[in-house]
Amino acid sequence: MSSDHLGPGRLPPEYTTPGSSSFADFVGDHAPDLLPGRPALPAGDAPPVPHGTTIVALVFADGVLMAGDRRATMGNYIAHREIEKVFPADEHSCVGIAGTAGLAVELVRLFQVELEHYEKIEGTSLSLDGKANRLSTMIRQNLGLAMQGLAVVPLFAGYDLATGRGRIVSYDVTGGRYEERDHHSVGSGSVFARGALKKLWRPAMDRGAAVRTAVEALYDAADDDSATGGPDTVRRVWPVVATVSADGYARVGDDVLGAVVEQMLADRRGDPGGGAVRRDAGDGGQGGRQR
Amino acid sequence: MNMPFYVSPEQLMKDRADYARKGIARGRSVVVVEYEGGIAFVAENPSRALHKVSEIYDRIAFAAVGKYNEFENLRVAGVRYADLRGYSYDRVDVTARGLANAYAQTLGTVFTTESKPLEVEIVVAEVGATPEADQIYRLTYDGSVADERGVVVMGGQAEQVAPRLREGWRPGLSLAEALRLAVGGLAADPAGGQARDLPVDALEAAVLDRHRPRRAFRRLEGSLLERLLGDARAEGATGEDDTPQPGAAQDAPDQDTASPDVPPQETPPDAPAG
Repeated sequence: MSSDHLGPGRLPPEYTTPGSSSFADFVGDHAPDLLPGRPALPAGDAPPVPHGTTIVALVFADGVLMAGDRRATMGNYIAHREIEKVFPADEHSCVGIAGTAGLAVELVRLFQVELEHYEKIEGTSLSLDGKANRLSTMIRQNLGLAMQGLAVVPLFAGYDLATGRGRIVSYDVTGGRYEERDHHSVGSGSVFARGALKKLWRPAMDRGAAVRTAVEALYDAADDDSATGGPDTVRRVWPVVATVSADGYARVGDDVLGAVVEQMLADRRGDPGGGAVRRDAGDGGQGGRQR
Repeated sequence: MNMPFYVSPEQLMKDRADYARKGIARGRSVVVVEYEGGIAFVAENPSRALHKVSEIYDRIAFAAVGKYNEFENLRVAGVRYADLRGYSYDRVDVTARGLANAYAQTLGTVFTTESKPLEVEIVVAEVGATPEADQIYRLTYDGSVADERGVVVMGGQAEQVAPRLREGWRPGLSLAEALRLAVGGLAADPAGGQARDLPVDALEAAVLDRHRPRRAFRRLEGSLLERLLGDARAEGATGEDDTPQPGAAQDAPDQDTASPDVPPQETPPDAPAG
């Protein structure tokens, strides 16, 4: 933090300049070295760093659900087995991250402060579109690093208080934002997770069915993508699953997830794709999933 | 060549202090009361949008009297200070003491170096895990800081009202009792006449609730405030439902630990908190 130049000990003028409600802008003016992705790197490839992998999000009856596996990889190594990649952005939105873990976690931290800062200064929350655009700007500022292989690709989801439904927004490394219908997935295992979501997602699913669908999609991703971690029954590490509804952000508890995972594994024993259970249930896979 | 008139430093400071004090006394009062479950703030303020009491950080709130533009500027500076500190270190490293020091330096520097002192008086309060850990700092226009306990009154007729409130305060007040005490202080006529009747619409009330998980600040508005004041005025007169409203899911685990006189959040969780 730079020292002031007006008087001894006084808060520097940036603090009392009226106008901006953005924390990122304030930090950029006052302490730019604190912003993620700000130092320009020399040319060349970045050294191996942990990468986060698969995030899925889907709309359900009460709002939107987001889930992420727990693995971070560094080349062919598993860098971390319990990393969390789904975070509350504020009371009515959440963000999941894929890509360079260090930068992504820092970006999420900045985004969380940004939303709360706006809310405190303005006395009202940003609209869901406002939040999504704000995140877009932050990703674009990371473009230089993304060109050197340190990309951050978040997935943003929230409950839109204006329209009363869950919404999902995806991004590319240039900050381009795309609203997704019904469900989406990002990260290395997303191809497989998307396939699973297409088959399992139903309009207006309840929360229990949505949780099971997300767990199944992540399992299918882990099945075919070495960088995505499946549920770890030995360490009892389950995916992070969170829902955002009119009541706000809520993380699904480990006890609930443990039971869902055990049930899914039992259903898939001898039927690794999980198709038989869905066919038997005759309702596209919803049967027997309610907890 | 013009010679400036000599003004003694004593006279200069006294004039500035008188000026600031007069400006502050014109405004309506704010009362800050410690209660068993946290710290309550009550202001006489008919405006729904221009707040005298606001959230600064997770466990820290700000209350002010005086010139709106001046204390609003300080409030925003405080939010920036706290958010930057929490972002560069950690959320637990943001303390009311640090913020009070920053404010004191700012107020003191303006008082001595600028042509006009800030006509504000502010309270920075932080709620702790126990009532003993609560902190209330009161800062005046010249940058002096007082570490207060129990009850603080600022602005308007503070000097006349304060002794009565201090008499009425005791440790372990319930929220309803604390609010009633504060409203009684605001409504009292300092000249000793009939107390005014303050409707709920004319009050701005908020609490730092010890039992809320992260962001402790919460505004008390409308029917909730009416019920809390009503509870204190006539015990059991209202048969209103005390069943928990569907509040933020994240609040759910702490509802059973919350003090019984704090109904769970009634406003939607997205209600403006700043």
